[in-house]
Amino acid sequence: MMDTGHKRIFKVVGTRPPRPDGIDKVTGRAQYGADVSAPGMLTGRILRSPHAHAEIVSIDTSAAEALPGVKAVVTSKDFVFQDDDFFRDVQENCMATAKALYDGHAVAAVAAVSPEVAKAALKLIKVTYKQLPHVTDVDLAMRPDAPVVQDGRSLETVPAGMSANVTHHSEFGHGDLASGFAKADVIVERSFTTAATHQGYIEPHACLAAMNADGRADLWCCTQGQYNVRTLCAALLGLEASQLRVTASEIGGGFGGKTTVFIEPVALALSRKSGKPVKIVMTRDEVFKATGPTVTSSIDVKIGMTRDGRITAGEAHLRYSGGAFPSGTVDMGGQAAFAAYDLAAVRTFGWNALTNRPKEAAYRAPGAPQAIYAVESVIDELCQNLNLDPLDTRLKNAAKKGTLSSYGPTFDDIGLIATLEAAKKHPHYTAPLAAGVGRGLSAGFWFNFGGNTCVTMNINTDGTVSVTEGNPDIGGSRASISMMAAEELGVPYDKIRTIIADTASLGHNDVTDGSRVTFAVGLATIKAAQDAIAKMCARAAKLWGIDAEAVEWVDGAAVPAGPNAGKFPPMSLAEIAAVSFQTGGPIAGHHEFHADGAGVSFGVHLCDVAVDRETGATKVLRYTVFQDAGRAVHPAYVEGQMQGGAVQGIGWALNEEYIYGADGRLQNAGFLDYRVPVASDLPPIDTVILEIPNPGHPYGVRGVGETPIVPPLAALSNAVSRAVGVRMQSLPMSPPRILAAVMAHDAKV
Amino acid sequence: MRYLRPNTAAEAAQSLADEPGVTRVLAGGTDVLVQLKAGMVEPDLIVDIKHIDGIRSITAEAGGFRIGAAVAGAELGAHAGVKALWPGVVEAFELIGSTQVQGRCTMAGNLCNGSPAADSVPALVAAGAVARIVGPKGTRDVPVRDIPTGPGKLSLTKGEIITSILLPARPPRSGDAYLRFIPRTEMDIAVASAGVSLTLDAAGKITAAAVALGAVAPTVRLVEAASAAIIGTKLDDAALSNLMQAASAACSPIDDKRGTIAFRTQVAGVLAKRAALIAYSRAGGSK
Repeated sequence: MMDTGHKRIFKVVGTRPPRPDGIDKVTGRAQYGADVSAPGMLTGRILRSPHAHAEIVSIDTSAAEALPGVKAVVTSKDFVFQDDDFFRDVQENCMATAKALYDGHAVAAVAAVSPEVAKAALKLIKVTYKQLPHVTDVDLAMRPDAPVVQDGRSLETVPAGMSANVTHHSEFGHGDLASGFAKADVIVERSFTTAATHQGYIEPHACLAAMNADGRADLWCCTQGQYNVRTLCAALLGLEASQLRVTASEIGGGFGGKTTVFIEPVALALSRKSGKPVKIVMTRDEVFKATGPTVTSSIDVKIGMTRDGRITAGEAHLRYSGGAFPSGTVDMGGQAAFAAYDLAAVRTFGWNALTNRPKEAAYRAPGAPQAIYAVESVIDELCQNLNLDPLDTRLKNAAKKGTLSSYGPTFDDIGLIATLEAAKKHPHYTAPLAAGVGRGLSAGFWFNFGGNTCVTMNINTDGTVSVTEGNPDIGGSRASISMMAAEELGVPYDKIRTIIADTASLGHNDVTDGSRVTFAVGLATIKAAQDAIAKMCARAAKLWGIDAEAVEWVDGAAVPAGPNAGKFPPMSLAEIAAVSFQTGGPIAGHHEFHADGAGVSFGVHLCDVAVDRETGATKVLRYTVFQDAGRAVHPAYVEGQMQGGAVQGIGWALNEEYIYGADGRLQNAGFLDYRVPVASDLPPIDTVILEIPNPGHPYGVRGVGETPIVPPLAALSNAVSRAVGVRMQSLPMSPPRILAAVMAHDAKV
Repeated sequence: MRYLRPNTAAEAAQSLADEPGVTRVLAGGTDVLVQLKAGMVEPDLIVDIKHIDGIRSITAEAGGFRIGAAVAGAELGAHAGVKALWPGVVEAFELIGSTQVQGRCTMAGNLCNGSPAADSVPALVAAGAVARIVGPKGTRDVPVRDIPTGPGKLSLTKGEIITSILLPARPPRSGDAYLRFIPRTEMDIAVASAGVSLTLDAAGKITAAAVALGAVAPTVRLVEAASAAIIGTKLDDAALSNLMQAASAACSPIDDKRGTIAFRTQVAGVLAKRAALIAYSRAGGSK
């Protein structure tokens, strides 16, 4: 499967060294968010709205404040008013002001000497609510008579006359839909819904905040981006960035859900008011109710196809809700929906509507799984109707280098066709199917991000190398960054240790998101290594008494560049480092930039399912993931990303959903009734890595972390639909939903 | 909150009877500790019954077995005698929770938690199991089917605790089985369930049967019409169809986050049919 187009021979990249965090994690030594403590520390707890939608008439904290052991009580009044909509939404989500916008919305918080006192204090806070009508369904929220979640939030893109809940509208695409559909032999138009799902990370949010009387503050927390935490908390508390140092803990899963703040500003406010360090650890119930699940969606897709399988036109209407606050995630859904295909006529129309649900946070490829589920379902139905092979049909329409993408840019080198062809020749695709078993497949796509990045590399005098980067490691980045440093410097992997800096120790880094870290931080690491190499070559030149330009770096050592430069034995990194104090002082490489050129990534998932027609239960029998990684720096981690994305997607497809009662309250805020798959629910997830190098990275690296959650929704839905003979149009395909579809189908037959 | 660890059932019963506030009985703790952590209950008194003499033993009695109220799932699952006599009861008990929970959870606790979805209860009811109850006024034996009176509600009076459950002797050519439906493969709570116990004659015809359904009514439901549908048959297709219909007809479930009325009603019938087939095979019947 390895491409041969890329000339460089790698020594470290592509190998599978042991993970640097492995020992700490399996021995329990790793320090997660809740593991940090400080002398005199208080326990912080948050009071949350029991109502889906309510005006906060008054909050009386006097009885709680009078309870012995209570050191501080805060409400929205303890935060700085924000002029900017973005910051105000973050603040409002951390602590409600005038209205509680969803079940679980924070309204007040206490800091006390023990968890018991804190719990007792919460009961003494008297909040007077005036309940308001609520709406949790995106389609109902868009109706003109829907209860208004927040007024005055609609952007100018929204036509007049719509519900005030509709905050955003966007369109993407090109070509003439009418003439495209006119060329079709068959047109299928279907509507789909997907439920809100949660990232389901094992580690609940946790932080420790310590603010001194002089206004300096330290914050330790589990986060995907300590710099973003600093930016948000500094604004909400009225601090200067330099006075707030944020340190990211080891992280027990993020998947996008830890890219913002929930408890961190509250802990800081409590610490400021009490003068003591304050720790807040969310319960699982709080994680479900008050952090950020995905959008819910309702999508209409219409696709026209010729008899031989060419798509003539594609159209999608996407209605997303990111909860009680404006969200632009539908843009990414609209852009991603048809990205896999080379189409003459394509258009997507996206809408966001407010609902009384928690504020959406990112979750692996936000917005794309829903849109691509709908599109890939309709393509599968067209293939069934026209008796076409689903892989050949996708190959016939696949985007390639030079394709004008459905969202605007023209693609450079991309790996979709190679990925589809790998699936086609894999034994899974041609394995015979037992009776009652359905096989489904789906393509998937994600953009991948670059962004602001900063890396420092210190050459230690003993010949080892310390890499300092600023992105919490949620997917193996410490290993891959060390590997890229080792590759570029020409030293062994085990001579390098990569650490994640606090916000005071390194320049800004964007959040660990968008599958950006291995690409962007890796690129900065390579550039920092090149910077260090230039300095080491200069030191060797100085010792040899020749020009720095006459020295080059080969296999981890400075060597004279050609016979005219002079005859000197190679001087290794360790040798140069050992004498660095005599040649000009310590040696470090550095690179800071805004990374562009992140290559898009495509995947294809194939799965076989058996459905029990008497109970609606689905068993996933076989599952294979094919994905273009550009260059797999550490293939075991890449496979892990592919498997993990597939598993989260299987959960989303089959059982995971936020369930709201008629009262607008969340019914399943725990892992018992929010059903992520358990190990015994799953078959082995087979993986095939393709390597079509990204032209924007010297090693060809593409982000790999998000694409694999995109295809499973449609792959499962197409497999179940084929197994039961009914086209499924709602996720999750929980057993009651499948059984109802089967019984309705059988009643007609 | 007070915590007591009495050594006799009488002492436990008296402590519970004397406490005016909220009480909880602690055996394995797999329900009580979860409720405490979730803040669902704030007891004034917790009585730990695990140290009562004999409460952790399994003893042969009159051809059956008496299971102490603090016997854990893993312990019962390792008892060859009980497994051979009442495999359906053992498999129901072993479905509760995870491996870790199996090291602690008890059948008496499962019964006293009062959940309509309790896994061991339909199997115990189908088996005709009898609970021994010790209270401040003495000891009484009550069929398990008469213990639950509604979700979270029991027929026990203040101060009464269950100290053991008797699985009775049974005739030769008998078998039992338990099945539940959950959306996953483990770590879940029954959306519908069925326990079936039956006895065959030498020709393979069913002479006695009990069908109990879980999670489809406020309490476990013993369905006489379902038994009647298969007694006198060899579980032919018509009998199975009648069994399914009778089981489904006996359901009065609720719509909730775990399943719809229609789903539970349909699936209870399917599970009764499938459990009957397993029990029939275990009894030595062949189809």
